[in-house]
Amino acid sequence: MAKRSFLIPGVDKRLLIKDSIKTMPDFTRRRFIAGGASLGALTLLTGCDVIDSSSAEDMLKQVSKFNDAVQAFIFNPDALAPTFPESAITKPFPFNAYYDLDDAPEVNGDDWKLEVRGLVDNKKSWTLPELYKLPQVTQITRHICVEGWSAIGSWTGTPLRDFLKLIGADMRAKYVWFQCADKDGYNSPLDMRSALHPQTQMTFKYASEILPRAYGFPMKIRVPTKLGFKNPKYVVSMEVTNDYKGGYWEDQGYNSFSGS
Amino acid sequence: MSSITVADEQVRATPAKVIQPAWVRVMHWINAFAMILMILSGWQIYNASPLFGFSFPRDYTLGGWLGGGLLWHFAAMWLLMINGLAYLVTGFATGRFRKKLLPITPSGVLHDVRAALTFKLGHDDLTVYNYVQRLLYAGIIVVGVLIVLSGLSMWKPVQLYYLVMLFGDYPTARYVHFICMAAICAFLVIHILLALLVPKSLRAMIIGR
Repeated sequence: MAKRSFLIPGVDKRLLIKDSIKTMPDFTRRRFIAGGASLGALTLLTGCDVIDSSSAEDMLKQVSKFNDAVQAFIFNPDALAPTFPESAITKPFPFNAYYDLDDAPEVNGDDWKLEVRGLVDNKKSWTLPELYKLPQVTQITRHICVEGWSAIGSWTGTPLRDFLKLIGADMRAKYVWFQCADKDGYNSPLDMRSALHPQTQMTFKYASEILPRAYGFPMKIRVPTKLGFKNPKYVVSMEVTNDYKGGYWEDQGYNSFSGS
Repeated sequence: MSSITVADEQVRATPAKVIQPAWVRVMHWINAFAMILMILSGWQIYNASPLFGFSFPRDYTLGGWLGGGLLWHFAAMWLLMINGLAYLVTGFATGRFRKKLLPITPSGVLHDVRAALTFKLGHDDLTVYNYVQRLLYAGIIVVGVLIVLSGLSMWKPVQLYYLVMLFGDYPTARYVHFICMAAICAFLVIHILLALLVPKSLRAMIIGR
């Protein structure tokens, strides 16, 4: 005990705390003392008590929703993600998922059809050869993962906004919701303004080759203005909707807008 | 019990000169709280994809997992940014920065560093910062601005592209963000150690006198 009260020569820790407590209003003083003074205050900071409580979780969810609104507000639909020369491409481009490559969906391109649902005029399903006939563009952009790492890749495909126009989608709807072939049913909502961004792409090729299984065969949605988890792979359907239907990671707590 | 009486007399005997005005004290502790939330949640985020060959111990991270760490980081950032902006504006507007932190001369810094290392640096008048304090406090404000700018670059690399350009590119902004965090942690160690060595400075930051 004696050792503890004199961590620093000449400074009595208890005295110091008592001095500061005296300056606090009565109510705070009682709570401060009840909290076990210095150690109690530390618990507050590291959060053993606060963080586990559902009220903290609710607060964080509210702030995340607020952050969605802020991000939508500062989102400029004309701001383009920087593009890079071929020499900047990251090799090998990383495979990334919540499962191993061996467990990645194996989609048969001959059977696969893109289903279109919701607020669209033409709900016809699209085969791969039909989609390949649409005009395609190539762009080399930086993929940024929610984990912080990033990699530059080359993606080729049809701008999503051209396809949405083609199928007569209601552009005033709030979301395009993608469903994927991943095990556990991956899905993710994309806000309409991001869906209509000129660089948002239905991707069929990586580095000028048909999209390999690792990168989402047969179709990936490449959104250079969003974090990686909002770039769904192995897409099987898209739904134009006004309802927020949640998403695989969004439901677990990743910020839903997650725009860059 | 007698020790309490002594403390009482000390408090009363101190002249009523305000060393730290109320706005500085309030913003200082809000900043301390926000900064610790940012550092602990930042370590959680770092661990998801470490820049260097180490991770931070789980016990010193906030949020439980990457998603939780991100929620804390992007909540505490508002507190840090609003408080930090208010501090900068008030600091410039009241002339406190100019009065307290300037001038910083190399010879003054060298002199006071030498004095500090030989324990000859006086702390009689807490209203006047010595050159080491001036350098550290001005420096940490610059680091604070840099960590916010690099953080914003990582959060919005497309919308705030011109900011990213300031650092070079996105990966560089990540390194800048990390180095600023390390600088703040180093500052914190010295800052807290010195506050404990000169307890009346800590008291001044709590009660003003």
